[in-house]
Amino acid sequence: MNDFDIAIVGAGVTGASVARTLSRYGLDVVLLEKECDVSLGTSKANSGIIHAGFHHDRKYLKTRLEVDGNVMFDRLRKELDFPFKRCGILVVAMKDEDMKYLSTLFEQGRENGAVGLEMCSRERTIELEPKIHPDVVGSLYAPAGGIIEPYRFVFALVESARKNGVELMTNFALQRAERTGEKWRLEAGDGRSVSASYVVNAAGLYADDVSRMFGAEEFSIRPRKGEYYLLDRMTKACPSRVLFPVPTQISKGMLVIPTVEGTVLIGPTAEDVDDKADVSTSVDQLDRIFEAARRMVPSVSENDVITSFSGLRPALDDGDFFLKVSEVVPGLVHAAGIQSPGLTAAPAIGEYVKDLLKEAGCTMIEKQRFDPNLQRLPRIRDLSAADVDSLATEDPRYAEIVCRCERVSEAEIREAIRRGHATLDGLKYFTRAGMGRCQGGFCTYRILKTIMDETGCTATEVRKRGAASAIITRQL
Amino acid sequence: MREMRFDVLVVGGGAAGMAAACEVRDAGYTVVIVERENVLGGILLQCIHNGFGLTEFREELTGPEYAERFIDATTTGIEVLTDSTVVEIENANGEKTAYCYSGKTGVTVVRARAVVLAMGCRERNRGNVRIPGTRPAGVLTAGLAQRLVNIDGLIPGRDVVIVGSGDIGLIMARRMTWAGCTVHAVIEIQPYPSGLTRNIVQCLNDFKIPLYLSHIVSRIDGHDRVTRVDVTPVESGSPNYDKTFAISCDTVLLSVGLVPENELSKEAGVEIDPTTNGPIVDARLMTSVDGIFAAGNVLHVHDLVDYVSEEARRAGAYVVKYLRQEYPARQLRVKPGANVRYVRPGKCDPSTENRFYMRPLVVKNDATVVVRLDSTEVKRIKRPHIQPSEMITFRVNEGDLRESAIRDDSVLEVGIE
Ligand SMILES: Cc1cc2nc3c(=O)[nH]c(=O)nc-3n(C[C@H](O)[C@H](O)[C@H](O)COP(=O)(O)OP(=O)(O)OC[C@H]3O[C@@H](n4cnc5c(N)ncnc54)[C@H](O)[C@@H]3O)c2cc1C
Ligand SMILES: Cc1cc2nc3c(=O)[nH]c(=O)nc-3n(C[C@H](O)[C@H](O)[C@H](O)COP(=O)(O)OP(=O)(O)OC[C@H]3O[C@@H](n4cnc5c(N)ncnc54)[C@H](O)[C@@H]3O)c2cc1C
Repeated sequence: MNDFDIAIVGAGVTGASVARTLSRYGLDVVLLEKECDVSLGTSKANSGIIHAGFHHDRKYLKTRLEVDGNVMFDRLRKELDFPFKRCGILVVAMKDEDMKYLSTLFEQGRENGAVGLEMCSRERTIELEPKIHPDVVGSLYAPAGGIIEPYRFVFALVESARKNGVELMTNFALQRAERTGEKWRLEAGDGRSVSASYVVNAAGLYADDVSRMFGAEEFSIRPRKGEYYLLDRMTKACPSRVLFPVPTQISKGMLVIPTVEGTVLIGPTAEDVDDKADVSTSVDQLDRIFEAARRMVPSVSENDVITSFSGLRPALDDGDFFLKVSEVVPGLVHAAGIQSPGLTAAPAIGEYVKDLLKEAGCTMIEKQRFDPNLQRLPRIRDLSAADVDSLATEDPRYAEIVCRCERVSEAEIREAIRRGHATLDGLKYFTRAGMGRCQGGFCTYRILKTIMDETGCTATEVRKRGAASAIITRQL
Repeated sequence: MREMRFDVLVVGGGAAGMAAACEVRDAGYTVVIVERENVLGGILLQCIHNGFGLTEFREELTGPEYAERFIDATTTGIEVLTDSTVVEIENANGEKTAYCYSGKTGVTVVRARAVVLAMGCRERNRGNVRIPGTRPAGVLTAGLAQRLVNIDGLIPGRDVVIVGSGDIGLIMARRMTWAGCTVHAVIEIQPYPSGLTRNIVQCLNDFKIPLYLSHIVSRIDGHDRVTRVDVTPVESGSPNYDKTFAISCDTVLLSVGLVPENELSKEAGVEIDPTTNGPIVDARLMTSVDGIFAAGNVLHVHDLVDYVSEEARRAGAYVVKYLRQEYPARQLRVKPGANVRYVRPGKCDPSTENRFYMRPLVVKNDATVVVRLDSTEVKRIKRPHIQPSEMITFRVNEGDLRESAIRDDSVLEVGIE
């Protein structure tokens, strides 16, 4: 059946959250994604911070949705079980004059409705964060700030949506949209098509192109790149809170972020680029990151680098989210320009877009049976040896280690493949296999074999991510 | 959970683990090897070229042949748990407890009086050397490529550029050529190759593969799969980006160094040396944790497996002494002197023969290794040629030290002149 009430274009955090919100209602919903898996766009390469509502003025829609989104995370975590921790955010002042800026942020946050903000002395700062540079003079503390693993959040949203009836179509790159009667006919590059009464444009960096396909509003998304380094779990530089500097003229500020999984992220840079596919990293940008990070945490060391990566902020000129029913064409809702704090705001964006769809004429009736909870998948990394042993009596593959750096078992890999994550990158983000310090040096061949065994494909058919990303080109 | 008890637990069944276990068994103690793969042998199994065993067996063997001889020696008197990964070692009240995970047998708890760490090393990867650019398929470490080609028969590309001129990279240049690929270049940051001259001749020159010394790969490009790399010359210590040129390729093999596998060691509370990235050990190859020993690549990266076997046999013998409660009366500190990166072990037992492995910091002809005890020269060893990529080994025994007045805080310094 290719006829839907609502089609969502783009399975990043925005599309995923909209899909999950809509799955409460008696609607046929399809989520369309051009990549082989969900969350492979901006939603996988960012700081992973759940912001605390003090960074921007309330005049922006993004600020209001940030504040609303923040408080929704505790419940979502309970229902969906993704890695999330309210570790708190510290904005640190290294000079006396920085304290004035912190007071402005403090006031702004209070007006925005951010909870628990505290101006901290030097002593209090060091107590909250012993790893901080000794020259620190004070800080702003936001205990409601937190960290998540963004892709695991998106995976969970999508899984929950699918559990409640939403259909997911991957490798569906929307290319053409055509109005046929009361419906939109959406055609992918490979010839597949679906039709829907309403369409949500959540295409991230490509939301402007998608709008153009509908003959709708003209706007342009300008990618702004942020590069990062990821540091090993064993690093001595792991802070217990997210650390923000006070922005300077030259730099918006490089952060030191303790990830939920115990690694450390430093970055991001901010650089306007032309190419929406350009997630490359460069030497000079990466060097700046270390310099800046060391100003806050002196123990940050090049020796701890596991990898570097970059993400592109899908920014609009006015700096705000563009959430609106199209005024040009019928049945289209834009969820575009979702730059930072898009992750934080995502749960609130879901609700907001639902309301926009109502405004556009869509009727919504709550389902009798909506199951908000996802069954928790065992992760042996978090289990005791005795628990692993008892899991192994049912499926011995829970005791078969595939990825030793992140301690991922073969059973977890197989479960992920069965859930549709059958590429190397998809598996990596879903299970963490290959994400640790050896970056797949040891486990790649084991993962290849497991994919082949589980799906019945040959080695040359396994992909890293895209259609042309074969790992093996020939078999002897 | 299944429980087992032994005098000695050996973690890892490569060259080091097997040699250490044999030594323990020969002295009459019970010993188990826990190995994560389904066979013993370790990294040797994927090294199907020859050049192994020249000192150990006085003949030239392939990696699997070399491993075979040790595997044969382990068939009796040693318990072997294959398909089992040690995920954690606890140390309480003198007893060591290891948790071994296996897809065949579930979790086994192994208790032992002493442990030998022999987990080998891992390869440094793209993140460790920070090569910028995109992150497409087709970038892999040379050792992974070696495994895929030699054991699984899977060819990871067609047009290859190799980063780093260490032996593994050189050997893979030849191997990929034999497998029908074109190797366009080997790129080396240093002004000299870091592999053996023999390998430069046999693996590159014989196949007309260009070697770019003093060059780096400054960028990797490609969306789904690698399409090209940028190569930049290094001039007076820094890259000259104006002279960057591109090489089209679909595969980049990284041979940019090995690092001891030290996660398990660290979690067991073992202190790590920042120079070697392996445990700090005393004259008995014992780590900072009483009863936990280390040998082979997990201790420091060796160039030749023969050295690994030798070192591991000694570790086994020291474990036996430890079990017999024969401890050295005193140990002297050993310190790297001029032109020396590190010396292993970092302690010396003046009452017996000590064998050392060291790495120089310099390339030099007609070099002399000079050993001093508190600034009195006690030994001199001449070497026609030394370079950082080639380990130097030498001995110091009680005879060498007899003339000197040894104090408890005496220091043995090893330098190169
Ligand atoms: C460097 C950086 C740091 C950030 N840090 C934070 C942070 O700490 N906290 C926070 O709250 N936010 C942060 N953000 C913002 C946040 O990451 C984004 O707001 C959010 O991920 C945007 O999600 P999205 O779903 O709108 O876009 P995306 O994740 O890009 O999703 C869009 C999806 O649409 C798909 N698509 C595009 N075109 C088509 C088509 N034609 N057909 C089908 N599918 C299509 C894409 O493949 C993609 O999967 C950061 C962003 C960046 C870049
Ligand atoms: C890629 C590569 C190529 C080489 N090529 C040559 C060459 O051409 N010529 C030469 O002379 N030397 C070569 N060497 C060096 C030499 O072969 C090695 O130094 C030697 O074999 C290492 O022995 P080892 O026992 O220390 O380590 P390994 O052989 O690596 O053995 C370690 C073993 O421990 C196991 N293990 C690790 N962690 C765990 C755990 N937690 N639980 C259970 N088991 C575990 C591993 O599976 C492995 O079998 C090469 C080394 C490498 C890495």
